[in-house]
Amino acid sequence: MKKVQFKSSYSQYLFLAPQLGILLIFLYWPIIQTFRDAFTMQDAFGFGSKFVWFDNFLFIFDDPAYFIAFKFTIIYSFVITLITGSIGLLLAVQANNVMHGKSTYKTLLIWPYAIAPAVVGVMANYFFSERFGLLYHLFHELWGFNWYESVFDSYIYVIIAGSWKQISANFIFFLAGLQAIQKSVIEASMIDCKNSFRRFWTITFPLLMPTTFFLIIINITYAFFDTFGIIDTTTIGAPSGETRTLVYKAYMDGFRGLDLGSAGAQSIMMMLIVLVITIFQFRYIEGKIHYN
Amino acid sequence: MTRFITSSFSHLILLIGILIMLVPVWMIFASSTHTSSMINMNGLQMFLGDSFYENYLRVLLYQGGFFKEITALKMFFNSFIMATGVAILSVVTSLMAAYALVYYRIKYATLLFWIIFITILVPLELRIFPTYSVMAELNLVNSYFGLIVPISASAIATLFFRQFYKTVPDELLESAKLDGANTWRFFVDFLIPLSKTMIVAMLIFMFVFGYNQYLWPLLVTTSEQYWTVVMGLKMMSGSIVHRFAFVMMSMVPPILIIIVLQKYFIKGVFQDK
Repeated sequence: MKKVQFKSSYSQYLFLAPQLGILLIFLYWPIIQTFRDAFTMQDAFGFGSKFVWFDNFLFIFDDPAYFIAFKFTIIYSFVITLITGSIGLLLAVQANNVMHGKSTYKTLLIWPYAIAPAVVGVMANYFFSERFGLLYHLFHELWGFNWYESVFDSYIYVIIAGSWKQISANFIFFLAGLQAIQKSVIEASMIDCKNSFRRFWTITFPLLMPTTFFLIIINITYAFFDTFGIIDTTTIGAPSGETRTLVYKAYMDGFRGLDLGSAGAQSIMMMLIVLVITIFQFRYIEGKIHYN
Repeated sequence: MTRFITSSFSHLILLIGILIMLVPVWMIFASSTHTSSMINMNGLQMFLGDSFYENYLRVLLYQGGFFKEITALKMFFNSFIMATGVAILSVVTSLMAAYALVYYRIKYATLLFWIIFITILVPLELRIFPTYSVMAELNLVNSYFGLIVPISASAIATLFFRQFYKTVPDELLESAKLDGANTWRFFVDFLIPLSKTMIVAMLIFMFVFGYNQYLWPLLVTTSEQYWTVVMGLKMMSGSIVHRFAFVMMSMVPPILIIIVLQKYFIKGVFQDK
């Protein structure tokens, strides 16, 4: 905290009021309503609702589709994090290596970050369409790829669509992290260790840990929430709901099925998951890495 | 010599990375300049055709949607209003809130801090239907206000500004106080000019965030008059080349902004030098 501050006065509330006001009305009010939805059940005609304790939660635990979505979300975020993280790191290390053209490479690799997930999905659609999709035909030649029927193939489809633009963000963050490492540390390590491959894994990579863990959170959040637009423009959950993320399933149950109780309960389950990941990040990971 | 080899290897890897990014977009662009029958017969194209003007003009001016009430041009206008609104509203409110949190000795500082920052853990996707019903109750469905405000209810920029203010040396406030500046003057004359890079970075970040919204506009606009570009992708009918052209145009504004203002963006968001 600042040593020099203004004394508490009414003016502080003027500075806080706009954001607090917006958050209270458009964020806290809906959250409270989410909890209300989650613990009530609408009657079939939508005339009234009654308090049902944890029934909505019990229903989603009984629903095999919920576990399919859960499994897919976990696999999806893990694979996206792994793919985009390692390709981003690989590219960042190479860009950090070159003497000339570093900023040109940055420009040529940053722009996919700006594309909306839904737009990426629509584009991916063209490459995976049965009619003229290049990747569809390539993979079909190789192993009979057919994402309409094969769960594995549909995973490949949404993983490629989901990873493509996220490589950008990983690249830029890793490059920034690499450039923040002090030159003297790298120079000293060059004297001690001639093998550049080993030098990277024993010196540079551990120094990148803060960036890495930050990116893990960014990528998981992306896979959880931002991929809605990708799923909705590619597989729409096909085959039979195997590629629905938790967010996608909650939306579909609420929108198509008009089951707000279930959608609310699913939202609260996701809030809990996000909370657990965040606490895990702060408690176990932040304490174990060294910031220089 | 080894230096030359390793750096050639680096350039090669980077080149492959760039191609993975560029080739798909290029192919959609090249295909968007052909005729539909060409695409239907020969698939995606690598080289340009000569229907560029024809296809793009038709997409911009064609009356699309279920009721044929909206053109792509109008969608771009809507997206622009929405993205600009989100950027300005969220940056201004965040700038002010972060100022109060860092520069005031507030009574319930910790509580306020948590009330504001815990919201980052609850993205709009997790409260989408209740947010919709709040908007419906406030009669804000089908309005620019309805598109903008719930997306602006975000404390991400506040977090960035707070981090930034904390790195501002204490001497700045001391000298400002000696100059007789009150809280408002210090904020406007000293702190805002100093935060210029961060402000531009956050404006870009929130603009792109607002422009790229898909789910929320889908839900909150039942009238075609308020459709935005990104959600319109799913709604627009038309032949394949027109859809290609629409996809291409939809990604131009955010990409252009990121490339042109790249320096500010990278400096602010990625904390890079």
